[in-house]
Amino acid sequence: MSDNLRDSYQVTNPRPLTNFFHAVWAVVWKDISAELRSRELISAMFVFSLLVILIFNFALELDARARENVTAGVIWVTFAFAGTLGLNRSMSMEKDRGCLDGLLLAPVDRSAIYFGKAIGNLIFMFLVEIIVLPIYTVLYNVNLFVPGLIITIILGSLGYVAVGTLLSTMAIQARTRDILLPILLFPLVIPVLLAAVKASSGFLQGVSYDEISPWLNILIVYDVIFTAIAYMVFDYVVEE
Amino acid sequence: MIPKPRLLIGLDFVTAFLFVVAVVMVFFYAPLEAVMGQVQRVFYFHVSTAWVGMLGFLVAAIAGIVYLTKGEEKWDIVGVAAIEISLVFFFVAIISGSIWARPIWNTWWTWDPRLTTAAIVELIYAAYMMLRQGIEDPDRRARFGAVYAILGFLSVPLTFISIRLLRTIHPVVVGGGNPTAAGGFDMSSKMLQTFFFSLFAFSVLFIDLLWHRIRLGTLAHKVEQLRMKDID
Amino acid sequence: MIKVRRLVKRYGSKPVLRGLDFDVLSGEFVALLGPNGVGKTTLLRILASLSKPMSGEVFIAGFRLPSQAAAVRRRLGVVSHQPLLYGDLTAEENLRFYGRMYSVSNLENRIDKVLALIGLSRRRRDLVRTFSRGMQQRLAIGRAVLHDPEVMLLDEPHTGLDQDACAMLNHVLGEVAARGRTVVMTSHDLSVAGNLATRFDILSHGKIAASVQRSEIDPDGLMAYYRKIVNEV
Repeated sequence: MSDNLRDSYQVTNPRPLTNFFHAVWAVVWKDISAELRSRELISAMFVFSLLVILIFNFALELDARARENVTAGVIWVTFAFAGTLGLNRSMSMEKDRGCLDGLLLAPVDRSAIYFGKAIGNLIFMFLVEIIVLPIYTVLYNVNLFVPGLIITIILGSLGYVAVGTLLSTMAIQARTRDILLPILLFPLVIPVLLAAVKASSGFLQGVSYDEISPWLNILIVYDVIFTAIAYMVFDYVVEE
Repeated sequence: MIPKPRLLIGLDFVTAFLFVVAVVMVFFYAPLEAVMGQVQRVFYFHVSTAWVGMLGFLVAAIAGIVYLTKGEEKWDIVGVAAIEISLVFFFVAIISGSIWARPIWNTWWTWDPRLTTAAIVELIYAAYMMLRQGIEDPDRRARFGAVYAILGFLSVPLTFISIRLLRTIHPVVVGGGNPTAAGGFDMSSKMLQTFFFSLFAFSVLFIDLLWHRIRLGTLAHKVEQLRMKDID
Repeated sequence: MIKVRRLVKRYGSKPVLRGLDFDVLSGEFVALLGPNGVGKTTLLRILASLSKPMSGEVFIAGFRLPSQAAAVRRRLGVVSHQPLLYGDLTAEENLRFYGRMYSVSNLENRIDKVLALIGLSRRRRDLVRTFSRGMQQRLAIGRAVLHDPEVMLLDEPHTGLDQDACAMLNHVLGEVAARGRTVVMTSHDLSVAGNLATRFDILSHGKIAASVQRSEIDPDGLMAYYRKIVNEV
């Protein structure tokens, strides 16, 4: 019977395999064009970041001496909080009109969807960081444009987004989706946040590279392990 | 009703016996530690509960991998059973650690790498329970639980390494960073025997509880099935 | 074109499909009928490779699900309850995105054609967020036919549509059927399904309880027959 079906089926038009990178790029492009139009995600993340920094200012009495020590902590807490906001928003956009199903119906490997969403999230995260850093520099007169710090921010954001994209895909499919993401995400990204804070403050205070390198190594190891794991398990998170 | 397996009944008695022996050994067989005194006796059960906790989280991660590859429901039951038990044991480990720390380090809590990691681990698996509660579809609940159990277990060593690095680069202010600095001790052979016997007793206790919990999970599953049949 | 054997699917302990057999020949237009909650959507989601069966065999166009899902997906067009569209993108951007995901050749041309077919050419640059339910559904159909699929799966496509939109949908579906495509459409409303389908299958208690050709039965007879099957326990 299946042979009969195969015979009766004629190829009416060529069915090319969708190239993996084209699919990843299509997802990224889609997220960016939607964001360029609404600007909801970036503006929310940005305003929220400013608020967090202001609150820290009052809560910690950020005088000149305190700033030296806590700057790295303040910016990473800001990025982490703003990041959950962005991750939640980016994934719930896929759930609103059932778009996640639309993505899953496409003839592409599931991991293309994961990498597409993760790259999109990473771009938004970088954008917010690029806006927040100069503002922090101006507000508190701390120079944050240190090459090492930029590398730390890239590595830290990578690990954060790799896990965050996977967990937000899980969170939006739960009944308690609005509150679940930070609870799932924060305990798992503690190594990232800790290493990123330590490496950042090391670079800001001009500590020798030997003392910073273990932290960068932790970031790299985390990024590699968790990107690989997320890639492997993403199928199980989206398929029924 | 499926009768309780005979082996399990036997195991219950063995566990109870081992546990009593362990308690007796801790209080009467192991010698009094010279510096710390009676409170040192907490150590035997403290390490044993922490060991059982980690063992359970490992079992859950492995059960998660097997569930994802095979898709059989029983592995989900094993995973959630192991995590539920380990959450309790790990909590006991943290509390008993505090009881020990109070007279020795002069504080209930220090940001020692082990203690801090333990607290984070407890939070990871609390998040696991919340994740499961938030999902109605049993199949999806099992898949997400398996994924999170794997991710959580993998993050533990990295968390521990990074916190440890934090404490060794910067000197620790309160109480000394690790037990060997303040409150460390050499174990006599009787102490070692007690220590290993406690580990053994708690491992058996873990297996016994795990068995009970898996059995409960399977029965709950059967009840659910029967109820569905009734509705049709 | 579609072959399903002994398909079983449960949600938790609740059985939805119990050893279902289902065949669709190439070019057939099958209306899958049955009351709500009987498993029509579940069956369609399995055919669409969105859901994995617990046991049983599923073949579409000679490819096995779920192992050859990618090959199947390339040949499927799906319209679900939800429109599967992005509110912050315009109509044409939505189509362009899905066109890229399916590697549609000569994409811009194809988008023009599809927009004309669904009557949205004039609103191609408007955000989908601003569209009415009917217009979103039109675009959802446009999205589903964009890559000219051999098999169309539609889940209650007429729900929530006004008469104009229904007529448009029927027109598009008629065109699809005329091109020799295979269509499976679920419905709980016999009147809308009756005009289009060449065959009616009634789903009851997790199986196909009955299957009648359109030529064998008149609309009133179908209605009576459907009532009889569904109420039979």
